[in-house]
Amino acid sequence: MKNPRPNSTIKLGEWLITFFIRAAGYVSILYVTLIILFLLREGLPAFKNVDLSSLFGEVWYPIEGYYSIWPLLFGSITVTIGAAVIAIPLGVGTAVFISELAPPWAKEILKPLVEVLAGLPSVVLGFFGILVLSPFLRQALNLPTGLTAFTGSLLLGWSAIPTIVSVAEDALNTVPRTYREGAQALGTTQWQTIWGVTVPAARSGIITAVMLGIGRVIGETMAVMMVTGNAPVLPEGLNAFFLPIRTMTATIASEMGEVAQGSIHYQVLFLVGIILFFLSLVINVVSFMVSSRRMKRTERLLS
Amino acid sequence: MILTPRNKQKIGIAGLIALSTITVLPIVALVIYILVLGLPAISWDFITSFPQDGMRAGGILPAILGTVYLTIGTAIFSVPPGIAAAIYLVEYAPDNTITRLIRIAMINLAGIPSVVYGLFGLGMFVIFLKFGTSILAASLTLSIMTLPVIISTTEEALRSVPNSFRVVSISLGASRWQTIWRIVLPQSIPGIITGIILGLERAAGETAPIMFTGAAFFLPLLPNTPLDPTMALPYHLFVIATQIPGMPVQVQYGTVLVLLAFVLGMNVIATLIRSRARKKRQW
Repeated sequence: MKNPRPNSTIKLGEWLITFFIRAAGYVSILYVTLIILFLLREGLPAFKNVDLSSLFGEVWYPIEGYYSIWPLLFGSITVTIGAAVIAIPLGVGTAVFISELAPPWAKEILKPLVEVLAGLPSVVLGFFGILVLSPFLRQALNLPTGLTAFTGSLLLGWSAIPTIVSVAEDALNTVPRTYREGAQALGTTQWQTIWGVTVPAARSGIITAVMLGIGRVIGETMAVMMVTGNAPVLPEGLNAFFLPIRTMTATIASEMGEVAQGSIHYQVLFLVGIILFFLSLVINVVSFMVSSRRMKRTERLLS
Repeated sequence: MILTPRNKQKIGIAGLIALSTITVLPIVALVIYILVLGLPAISWDFITSFPQDGMRAGGILPAILGTVYLTIGTAIFSVPPGIAAAIYLVEYAPDNTITRLIRIAMINLAGIPSVVYGLFGLGMFVIFLKFGTSILAASLTLSIMTLPVIISTTEEALRSVPNSFRVVSISLGASRWQTIWRIVLPQSIPGIITGIILGLERAAGETAPIMFTGAAFFLPLLPNTPLDPTMALPYHLFVIATQIPGMPVQVQYGTVLVLLAFVLGMNVIATLIRSRARKKRQW
């Protein structure tokens, strides 16, 4: 038998590749650490340079040195609540329909369309929002402007749907068939099986789906910046939903381009970024824990 | 009507059909709307010439090329480490706390808002490493965002190769790496390519991460080196949709259609590769 290369070069090559693979395994940890470090490095000085009374005041008006994060936080929360109210029933409903009821041809239509939605860049949604949705809403609801929190909620609701549908559908698909057959053998209708057995069994997966969807809404930037009217103000009443607002993400995106590097305004924008980072961290880690607990429970049940 | 279980079921199913329809109809409407209004704006001139008259006329060539550059750059920085990381997680990683930590880090990366990636890229690549607002800085920023997509889809592809393949290969005397290189990777290539395309598709459509790391409002010339800034389709669309007064709608629709074709085209290619590979699979 002829070996084209001496054994030691093969060994060395293999050792190098294995080393690269092992190192790459840790790349996610490295990047998360770097992201935290750089956000803190640029953002933390804000605490030194801005009065706490300004940071937690009522006005975001950087030109005059007012850096309250409340209006931005309020904007993000308003849009997120609106989007959740829209996306949860539509997303979970569609997931249940696709996984439990839809005939194959309907699945063939629904699933690719949801994937198309997942692939739409956020700036395209924003464009559609500016040109079609907001003029329509202004006329239909007789508002002074169509660029409102509600318009943002509608767009973001749709942008969260693909996440919710695909994660919830996966969760429903992992419910063993025997559960459904057992229930129907006891004489329940298909409908009773779905809501009495299948959906409760997939509960933690559906919760994960909803949380990840909400996480996506909070982090959404371009669409929400383009359609919510760019008004970082605290609301007076419940009609805030139909007034312009501005989210944390949109504030960073629209102001970062104009600030001087290292200025106080720059630092505060990084501080807003830190808040967004930790919000998404909490949402993702909690939903990871919910779904890994589900896996353990399923393993126990099936063993 | 009496609410017997059977009637309830009928109403319920009708409700779910209605919800699903409400979910997908706007998607169909949006795509048709953009196609119908965008197609008349598309011409050979539009995709091969420079913008003129403050971007109100002419073509969008620099934006198209810029997005191509950024996508290639992102691929260079995200594909090798992404595939390697997935191989590590599937073939090497022990089941311990550190591996769990890697998973949490990955999930966290996947969830970070895109604009926060932009901030990080600005802080690290543009300012700290002094790459300036450049294709390099923007590609690096996008590559970190793309990484979790590539890792998780590659992982899935690797895991779908039956374990018996590995056992047989090792028992014939192959080393672990030989098994991966000759047996596991060739079997999972279609899945990996699908994952790469889906990851790059997302990167190609992103605006927020490149806004302060590499995208330019308008450039009279094409970029010469990776250290130059570039125009890019998504950012260009944002600019002409919001920042330029008196912007003709025609150009906007044409731009949005080109961006959509770029992104959805990648999506279609990925789907085709995946479904062809599934049909050919022999186990």
